[in-house]
Amino acid sequence: MQKMNHDSYPNAYILDILKSVQVIAMVGASAKWNRPSYFAMKYLQEKGYRVIPVNPGQAGKEILGERAYASLAEIPVPFQMVDIFRASEAAGGIVDEAIALKDEKQIQVVWMQLGVRDDAAAERAEAAGLKVVMNRCPKIEFGRLNAELAWGGFDTRVITARRRQVRLT
Amino acid sequence: MSKERTYGFETRMIHAGAQPEPLTGARQTPIFQNTSYAFHDADHAASLFNLQTFGFIYSRLTNPTVAVLEERLASLESGRGSTCTASGHAAQLLTFFAFMEPGDHFIASTRLYGGSITQFGKTFRKFDWNVTFVDVDEPEAVRRALTPRTKAIFVESLANPGGVISDMEALAAVGREAGIPLIVDNTLASPWLCRPIEWGADLVLHSTTKFLSGNGTAMGGAVIDSGRFDWTAAGERFRGLSEPEPAYHGLAFHETFGDLAFTTHAHAVGLRDLGATMAPLHAFLTLLGTETLALRMQRHCENAMKVARFLAAHEEVAWVSYAGLPESPYHALAQKYLPRGAGSVFTFGLKGGYAAGVRLVEKVNLFSHLANVGDSRSLILHPASTTHRQLSAEQREAAGAGDDVVRLSIGLETAEDLIDDLQMALERTAVALRQGAS
Repeated sequence: MQKMNHDSYPNAYILDILKSVQVIAMVGASAKWNRPSYFAMKYLQEKGYRVIPVNPGQAGKEILGERAYASLAEIPVPFQMVDIFRASEAAGGIVDEAIALKDEKQIQVVWMQLGVRDDAAAERAEAAGLKVVMNRCPKIEFGRLNAELAWGGFDTRVITARRRQVRLT
Repeated sequence: MSKERTYGFETRMIHAGAQPEPLTGARQTPIFQNTSYAFHDADHAASLFNLQTFGFIYSRLTNPTVAVLEERLASLESGRGSTCTASGHAAQLLTFFAFMEPGDHFIASTRLYGGSITQFGKTFRKFDWNVTFVDVDEPEAVRRALTPRTKAIFVESLANPGGVISDMEALAAVGREAGIPLIVDNTLASPWLCRPIEWGADLVLHSTTKFLSGNGTAMGGAVIDSGRFDWTAAGERFRGLSEPEPAYHGLAFHETFGDLAFTTHAHAVGLRDLGATMAPLHAFLTLLGTETLALRMQRHCENAMKVARFLAAHEEVAWVSYAGLPESPYHALAQKYLPRGAGSVFTFGLKGGYAAGVRLVEKVNLFSHLANVGDSRSLILHPASTTHRQLSAEQREAAGAGDDVVRLSIGLETAEDLIDDLQMALERTAVALRQGAS
């Protein structure tokens, strides 16, 4: 695999991840409606992803209709992506957990949220064959690459003269 | 190493924000002449009102045509996001509204567009927003004017009407030390000549009415956010952005939206409650203008330089204030900040003073006598008797709009025709003054 520049991801790399993933384990998902993680979880659910919250304080309870678990290991179904909504200092441990569970849970991607970055952990994950995204939000990236972010006046940095495919039922 | 592709300015001035409309394939951006947008269901409506998802509710907040222009301007100014408004003045109100409280203070350049001086010095005082006008050529003077309630430094990159350039890098450093944003009005330069965010500005303002639309057709304004300013670092100082917002059930914009906070707030709170929204048709006309921005600015600058040289050598002209001329005290700053050209709006002084100024604007044939700049047509104005007449004589002098000053906005016509027109008008003005004196 080509070495990834973690300051500037090609759009195709992020799109490929967002297209290939169906189930996301969100570490640090909050039950409070006005927290950033709640915003991201709700949005990703609306876009068709199943998001499973990981939060020891909420274990056994439901967030947005999904049961929360205390750790990645306790999630009883496969998930392709781990989304880390924790401080950078906590990210390394979660990444190592994901590496250990990679085959059992079918994990392919480790994603660290906006403001979260651990280059050493990223190297370990990439060496184990996982794709890594750091310091980005999957909600913002999904919105950015599907033109929705532009509706709020933001620069998506997507330049194309191709007509977007709209699936009609 | 794999990385994101970056496109050139000219590619982005045509393509940024504008993809073919997906349902119909329409290639040019449609005018969504429309007020409101259907929800998928009750939950979708709730998500939109809670700001949990992207989408349109009501055109006072966001509109698809306006959003295309917002993305384009954010891209051209190297910003994160932008918010378009009904006019440049509305953009200024919206910007300060985001973080000013009654009793707060900001510092602005003495050499601003006269309309800005009036808005800041008179109307803003009704909100108890207090401005100190400072000669920003001296960063030390800006430092001395700082108070514990100072929330921002406001300058123009290229000042209207003086041909004056602000040392943005030095002023951004003063702002960073004080923990306050540097706001730069980039109207007269346009992002093709200068991008203040690349020199450290936190917010960039435009009257899009000028060079961006370019044809004198559509009023509009914009505030572009760099996404870099830390609104939370100073505790409650910028509480509009850092503290929980009661109207959104206690959501704190900067914490929740990060580098999207200012632009989200400007739409969801600013435009929602101030209502100074850009019309979709005006966004469309301005988009047409941006498609040719680089070509136009290049010609504007070439023509301005020819006219400035002609005037500098004319016997009826006392002085020319154009930063493109080597003798200008701002020439070095122009070469640093506007290496492609010093714009096309500048002033010159008539030896005949006020009397000559009011006559000259009536003697020209090709120059339009009106109060605007940044048109494809060449424009002429005598500020002391028009745009700056609300100011005191002292303020006019400080703003570079003294009695003898004539302002030109050089258009895209044949340069020789513009020079001949001014030559004719200067001669006739001199004759009229001599006749008046005898």
